[in-house]
Amino acid sequence: MAKKKFVVGCFNDEAVLFPAVKKVRTAGYKIHDVYTPFAVHGLDHAMGLRETSLHTAGFIYGITGTATAISSISWIFTKDWPLNIGGKPHFALPAWIPIMFELTVLFAAVGMVLTFCYLCQLAPFVKKHHFHARATDDLFVMVIECTDSTNVDDLRAFLSNNGAVETDFQVAEDGWWIGRYDKDEMPFESKQIVAA
Amino acid sequence: MHLKYESQLREPLVYGNKTYAQVTEDIVRPIEAKPTRLWYVGFYIAVALLMFGVYSVYREVTYGIGEWNLNKTVGWGWDITNFVWWVGIGHAGTLISAILLLFRQGWRTGVNRAAEAMTIFAVMCAGQFPIFHMGRVWMAFFVMPYPNTRGPLWVNFNSPLLWDVFAISTYFTVSLLFWYSGLIPDFATVRDRAFTKLRKRLYGIASFGWTGSTKHWQRHESLSLVLAGLSTPLVLSVHTIVSFDFATSVIPGWHTTIFPPYFVAGAIFSGFAMVQTLMIIVRKVFQMEDYVTIGHIEAMNKVIVLTGSIVGIAYLTELFMGWYSQNKYEGYTFWYSRAYLFSPYGWSYWGMMACNVLSPQIFWFRKMRRNIFVTFFMSVIVNIGMWFERFVIIVTSLYRDYLPSSWSVYYSPTIWEIGFYAGTFGLFFTCFFLFAKYFPVIAIAEIKYVLKTTGEGYKDKMGAIEEQKLETFVHDHAHAH
Repeated sequence: MAKKKFVVGCFNDEAVLFPAVKKVRTAGYKIHDVYTPFAVHGLDHAMGLRETSLHTAGFIYGITGTATAISSISWIFTKDWPLNIGGKPHFALPAWIPIMFELTVLFAAVGMVLTFCYLCQLAPFVKKHHFHARATDDLFVMVIECTDSTNVDDLRAFLSNNGAVETDFQVAEDGWWIGRYDKDEMPFESKQIVAA
Repeated sequence: MHLKYESQLREPLVYGNKTYAQVTEDIVRPIEAKPTRLWYVGFYIAVALLMFGVYSVYREVTYGIGEWNLNKTVGWGWDITNFVWWVGIGHAGTLISAILLLFRQGWRTGVNRAAEAMTIFAVMCAGQFPIFHMGRVWMAFFVMPYPNTRGPLWVNFNSPLLWDVFAISTYFTVSLLFWYSGLIPDFATVRDRAFTKLRKRLYGIASFGWTGSTKHWQRHESLSLVLAGLSTPLVLSVHTIVSFDFATSVIPGWHTTIFPPYFVAGAIFSGFAMVQTLMIIVRKVFQMEDYVTIGHIEAMNKVIVLTGSIVGIAYLTELFMGWYSQNKYEGYTFWYSRAYLFSPYGWSYWGMMACNVLSPQIFWFRKMRRNIFVTFFMSVIVNIGMWFERFVIIVTSLYRDYLPSSWSVYYSPTIWEIGFYAGTFGLFFTCFFLFAKYFPVIAIAEIKYVLKTTGEGYKDKMGAIEEQKLETFVHDHAHAH
């Protein structure tokens, strides 16, 4: 597995993070990612990420569900086994609307969640490198990928000047693998158990 | 950044001058601490009830549906009553997480996680009843349409009972996905601060390797929004379809066109009541009064008084139509079997009226809406009332049918029918106790997201901005991005 070099800058306030993202980008550094404890609105635009098309995928899954319902039910009730129900028409569209609706929702929801997990490489037993343990707690962790010409010390100073409370240099695997989280070093191991 | 304006007049949603780290600490602490003695007592009572339920169901499966007191006319008794009751309770979670998300109601963040969990457990309980009501439960898979060697003989797609199969299973699946996708970032939070190997490993598996990447959050937001958009009509469709089980029949008392909105309002009513019951206990036991505030409780009480009144109007409309239609069967069902106090089941109708329509009116008073004890008491009353409602609808319509010779003896449940119901309580609370101990009961990431607009410590700063001149404000914020 190819490892890459990263400079990590941690911010403790999103109000400081935004101008920093802008400055880092203007200075020509490549932001690998920013890890945040919650969805910071507008950060994706500030980083120049494009809009996600996940909702379009959801729409396609949804109409697949509708089509599956209408085609299977109409084939079953008009061709395969035309059941006489009180002499009513075999092609009873109004009565099929509830199931068409439910399958639309089911296909869209299941399809979208699976697509989401695929795109974000999320699955049980998946392990990734975490640049900072507090990125899911209270730190906004900006990770910049180093190129051959990057001066790590300059970059760390640059981040500190722009409000980073902590900077770091890490060589890490970029991607995912099957692994266990308890094999990591335990940063909180010394912590005492506090009864609630 | 946080340019979303929130009026100073609104109460904070998070009390105390919290930081992000403190939010994590407050919500994750109960997971990391040893369970209290009270938790064990509650959990074992729930498991005992569940075991009684398992035995009751074992009796029913072994000896047949005769273990219940269903008779010639009352073919649906406690089982379907309980089914509709549990499904109704399962409506508040998705309502809170989906509809209130679309309506941008900030207060949903404090209660949505627990409400969604409650939804999932309630639907699990609900599903047991129609399945075991089938009698030969080992053939339950016959309700699924699949190519088979019996013809192939298909299920009846024109039947509301089959629509229900699709509605409930879709509802369960979508609610579960919605809930779990929201849990992934919070599991990651628990994982990253875990200090025991086992916890690190298990929450590592449960968090699916979540990192908090901006791109992932962007997709997560899109996913939540679309799932909310899908769940909104879904939650309305589920109880609508449950009401079709009754409304498409020709039984007096069932054959009414107002059933769908009436059932949906009733479902929201009972669902919110159950959320109140559980949240009042959870906020106390886990000391989360800062996150589930009196403001949250009041907001839910407003929903309760609204939906309770809608249900009340539906009851009165039915009575009116029972007279106005001049149909003697309708008239007999509504005015004798139900509204006449001294008819065999008159007590259940008036019990329902007292619990669902009269007593919630107390919530027109602000003092009562903000009183924890009144709220807790009323939440239990409402759920008793909503159980009566389903009992009234099912039993009073059935026990005297068109043919007086088949009029049944008085229907009352056997111990195994009651045991089955008690068992679903056991299932529900077993799941809920495990959830409350091992899951973040409040959506951590979502609380952090609203913290700077609605947290107590930040609202004061917003006050200063409010005082500013427009030019100063624009100057200060124009270059922020």
